[in-house]
Amino acid sequence: MIKEKKNQPVVEARQLDLTFQTNDGPIHALKDVNLSIDRGEFVSFIGPSGCGKTTFLRCIAALETPTGGTLTVNGMTPDEARRNRAYGYVFQAAGLYPWRTIAKNIKLPLEIMGYSSAEQDERVNKVLELVDLAGFGGKFPWQLSGGMQQRASIARALAFDADILLMDEPFGALDEIVRDHLNEQLLELWARTEKTIGFVTHSIPEAVYLSTKIVVMSPRPGRITDVIDSPLPKERPLDIRDTPEFIEVAHRVREGLRAGHGDDV
Amino acid sequence: MKQITAVLWVVAAIVAFWYIACIPMNIDSALNAAERAGEQVDPPNAKERMQENDIILVWDNSFAIPDTWDQDRPRLPAPHEVITELWDSTVGKKITSKRSLVYHGWVTLSATMLGFVIGTGLGILLAVGIVHSKVMDLSVMPWAIVSQTIPIIALAPMIIVVLYSVGVQGIIPKAIISAYLSFFPVVVGMVKGLRSPDAMQLDLLRTYNASQSQGFWKLRLPASMPYLFASLKIGIAASLVGAIVGELPTGAVAGLGARLLAGSYYGQTVQIWSALFAAAILAGCLVGLLGLIERTVLRRMGMAQ
Repeated sequence: MIKEKKNQPVVEARQLDLTFQTNDGPIHALKDVNLSIDRGEFVSFIGPSGCGKTTFLRCIAALETPTGGTLTVNGMTPDEARRNRAYGYVFQAAGLYPWRTIAKNIKLPLEIMGYSSAEQDERVNKVLELVDLAGFGGKFPWQLSGGMQQRASIARALAFDADILLMDEPFGALDEIVRDHLNEQLLELWARTEKTIGFVTHSIPEAVYLSTKIVVMSPRPGRITDVIDSPLPKERPLDIRDTPEFIEVAHRVREGLRAGHGDDV
Repeated sequence: MKQITAVLWVVAAIVAFWYIACIPMNIDSALNAAERAGEQVDPPNAKERMQENDIILVWDNSFAIPDTWDQDRPRLPAPHEVITELWDSTVGKKITSKRSLVYHGWVTLSATMLGFVIGTGLGILLAVGIVHSKVMDLSVMPWAIVSQTIPIIALAPMIIVVLYSVGVQGIIPKAIISAYLSFFPVVVGMVKGLRSPDAMQLDLLRTYNASQSQGFWKLRLPASMPYLFASLKIGIAASLVGAIVGELPTGAVAGLGARLLAGSYYGQTVQIWSALFAAAILAGCLVGLLGLIERTVLRRMGMAQ
């Protein structure tokens, strides 16, 4: 849309703060978070529960409102970006409507955004192919495995032209074999669509395998302890996980997590 | 097969209990008839028998037991008497006859259906309002609950009198009493149903920047369907009760309620029981029909596997 802004970061956070007021007193969910994400990056957020990684992702999506600092998405406020449908969001659960077929589920955002029905069909077919679910459009969610459901929910997030994809532990509930497979597919998909991806995870191997940038976070208050630019090449077969480079990055992530934890563990 | 056996056993137990209950209930009149027919009865005096415990009477006059199942005006009619009466007053009479239970059933059913439609519509509208407006949630819901704490039998005559005084009579007052009983389960069920989508589903729509009405039509309403049908089944049974209660104070012109009332005026217990059974069968059919619609709709929607 705005060509001259090509070099500007997609997401930029400056001294971001977020405090939740709860009955047990204020909870400092994010403190002094500084981060910029460039176009086409694959950024993972990793850290223990309560470190604010999901909260940060939700701030980018304007599902939470920061209480301090500045945050821009595509050069706009997150809420403007949301209203411009700048991103697709994938939740931990697939959250498909049980009363809609897979194709109709993917059409949901397209219907809401007012695409013509011919265009809806075309896009559904395109994204179904993209997530390797061609031919499953007529099935109901309960007829699909958990992994396939999650792929359908990714297809739903890809169906409209958002160039940012935010994923909150999308494979957290799946077993490791399915997860490996989906990780491989996700990288392929990322390479083909050139989207900017924000990805929240608990898993060190997943974060290292997928990301160009790994953001290590720690809790109480939620903050960034390390940002690692991955030295791994863009082309990543699954067995890259046995290379020394991979192990070294994983080691650094683990160190970062341990440092952030302090005496807690 | 195992289930059918179990069901039949329960039915058999109920029928057996019923026949046994008929014996002490009807022994007095059976013995009076026997005395008139010149049989030896113990004690021989009707007044003494009145004082005597019914169980002891049965014990001393076991010959009269079969008679207790075949009385003209029994205190408790036996199952076969009720069934015979049901058969005679449905199949055996012309539908237009004032003695036909089909005729009376139809009168009640039409009020039930009208009341059910009004009640369901009102219930859904209120639920939509309650879900979307905090003010309505706080102001309407308590009244809806209070409305159900008033015994309908106390309220029904007043509704009929008030409506009659403004010139409304016939089916409408009965339907309003029906609606009064049936809107409540629909409100409660639909509020729960419309609120059933979890935070994640609502967040998802927010990421699409969906409007409130899109959220309603695409998420809340379809998600509420299973709740709606559960409520409708309770609602239609309540509707029928409402229509029958509405017929009681109208001077017993027509309808199952009128039939009940007439039966109790003239001591026609068989007629009362057959009207009761007609009402129960009608309610069963209505709930069954709703269950059928429920299964069809939910299967169409892909929500029933």
